[in-house]
Amino acid sequence: MNEIGTRGLALNEKLIFEHSRTGRRGFSLPELDVPEASLPGELTRDEMDGLPEVSEVEVVRHFTRLSSWNYGVDSGFYPLGSCTMKYNPKVNETAAQKAGLALIHPYTPAALSQGAMEIIYKLEQMLGEISGFPAITVHPAAGAHGELTGMMVIRAFHEKQGNPRRKVLIPDTAHGTNPASAVLCGYEVVSISSDGYLAAEEVAAHMDDEVAALMITNPNTLGLFEKEIVEICAAVHAKGGLVYCDGANMNALLGVCKPADLGIDVMHFNLHKTFSTPHGGGGPGAGPVGVTKELEPFLPHPRIQLKKDHYAWDVNRPDAIGRLRAFHGNFGILVRAYTYIRMLGADGLRRTSEMAVLNANYIRARLEPHYHLPYKQRSLHEVVFSEQNLKGGCHTMDAAKRLIDYGFHPPTVYFPLVVKGAIMIEPTETETRESIDEFCDAMIQIAKESEENPALLKMAPVKTRTRRMDEALAARKPKLRWVKEEKKN
Amino acid sequence: MEIPEELKFTEDHEWVLVEDDIVTVGITDFAQESLGDIVFVELPNVGAKVDAGKAFGVVESVKAVSDVYAPISGQVVEINEELPDAPEVINTSPYEDGWMVKIKVEDLADLDDLMDANAYQEFLENED
Repeated sequence: MNEIGTRGLALNEKLIFEHSRTGRRGFSLPELDVPEASLPGELTRDEMDGLPEVSEVEVVRHFTRLSSWNYGVDSGFYPLGSCTMKYNPKVNETAAQKAGLALIHPYTPAALSQGAMEIIYKLEQMLGEISGFPAITVHPAAGAHGELTGMMVIRAFHEKQGNPRRKVLIPDTAHGTNPASAVLCGYEVVSISSDGYLAAEEVAAHMDDEVAALMITNPNTLGLFEKEIVEICAAVHAKGGLVYCDGANMNALLGVCKPADLGIDVMHFNLHKTFSTPHGGGGPGAGPVGVTKELEPFLPHPRIQLKKDHYAWDVNRPDAIGRLRAFHGNFGILVRAYTYIRMLGADGLRRTSEMAVLNANYIRARLEPHYHLPYKQRSLHEVVFSEQNLKGGCHTMDAAKRLIDYGFHPPTVYFPLVVKGAIMIEPTETETRESIDEFCDAMIQIAKESEENPALLKMAPVKTRTRRMDEALAARKPKLRWVKEEKKN
Repeated sequence: MEIPEELKFTEDHEWVLVEDDIVTVGITDFAQESLGDIVFVELPNVGAKVDAGKAFGVVESVKAVSDVYAPISGQVVEINEELPDAPEVINTSPYEDGWMVKIKVEDLADLDDLMDANAYQEFLENED
């Protein structure tokens, strides 16, 4: 087997504070050419306690070593289920770094920012075409921010009708952030169980005129397309409720199915998932929201309008939920997503989803003889195994840690909660057959190791710079900052 | 897996110890085992009203965050003050040191809906 995980020259690194030696400097200043002024005594101090005193080369090595500890899609396969860790094409960066886009100030008057406004407007149009929604806002800065926006729009809609309603239905296969978004908007969450697929009957049984919305993830966190989605939407609409769709799994649907056609009223996109903008270290992301015509008046402002021959800001929108974010969203991220869509075109986007689904099903076919697949239904862009077939008392966490030794980032584990010891794999379309095969080989090898040498799995990772961390201790007693040791006399 | 005879149980894996009209509530050995290492516990304030079947607290483990549901309606009269600083006690002693809250029960008849140890044992076997 081709093992890409090696010990290599993995360097340890201290905290920058621990490099400090009194009087060491990493900079030189030009000679003073103005008269020296002195600050009043009460504004100065004798000692700068805890400021690291280091040379230039120490600073460079410190941060270079730390950067070598990073793992990202540019380093290797990153099959985190539900996260869509696809490769981010470098052409996105080229576009976003163009001076006219990178340096434009958000207060630039509309007359002088027509190009930037055109990109936002056209991105809205393209997302509208992809999803079927007639109105899109690109303001939300992340997926959960999009959920909040969507739920605020839903609440504003019901308030306008005279009753904000009390409850929001959420199936157990929804994304984990959905209940939090509903609660933030003042709703009580009613959890409904599903058996892989959500049944329209089950939804209808929970519907009454106090239900503001159903929040559904489609395809759901098991990677299953909700086959009763049309009937589910009808059941919600029958009692005057609205349907919110978490669009985080849109990577399975591009060019194949428009959520608005299914009866969905509101949906957010994750540009940092589906449209190849960086996940970064938790951001910046973008979570545009699409809504039906009926809900458009409630979208946050300002909105861009295309006048006869120019773009303008429409701020006269009395029913809008207000501003969601300063200026116009994470513009640099919007430029990257715009570039991605333009580079691929309609056919390319459809092919993206087809390949994402094919890759996930290829993994499913290769691993099913070795790992327990709790939901046998036809899955789309991701596949969820359980820990049941691991031998020797090994758990999901042991297999995940062992995968690091083989040079792979582990998949999402212990989510969704409906699967015991879930191993949730989403390869995305950007992996080659070879890299997927190497990953599957490693997974199969790990299943065998659990039988032949379970102690090895429980020790893993064994090839890394640091061995298995005590995650419980880190969470219970986190050390969040450096504290200077007391000086010894 | 330990299932003490003297306790009553819910389908959400809470245990209940009944002493007159005060019940002590915690999560079962099965629950702590499934959650794994518990790293954070959130409890209601003393005096808070809790409703049967509604969440009254939160336990967070390295795997997941879970609500803890009130097995019965009533008023919180005491909470385990040690837990926020030592959540691991729920893992090491779920039925004793890991107790979470004491609730003054509104209607003792509600206790009839809970399972006894045998029924809970059976429930666990059917669930797996």
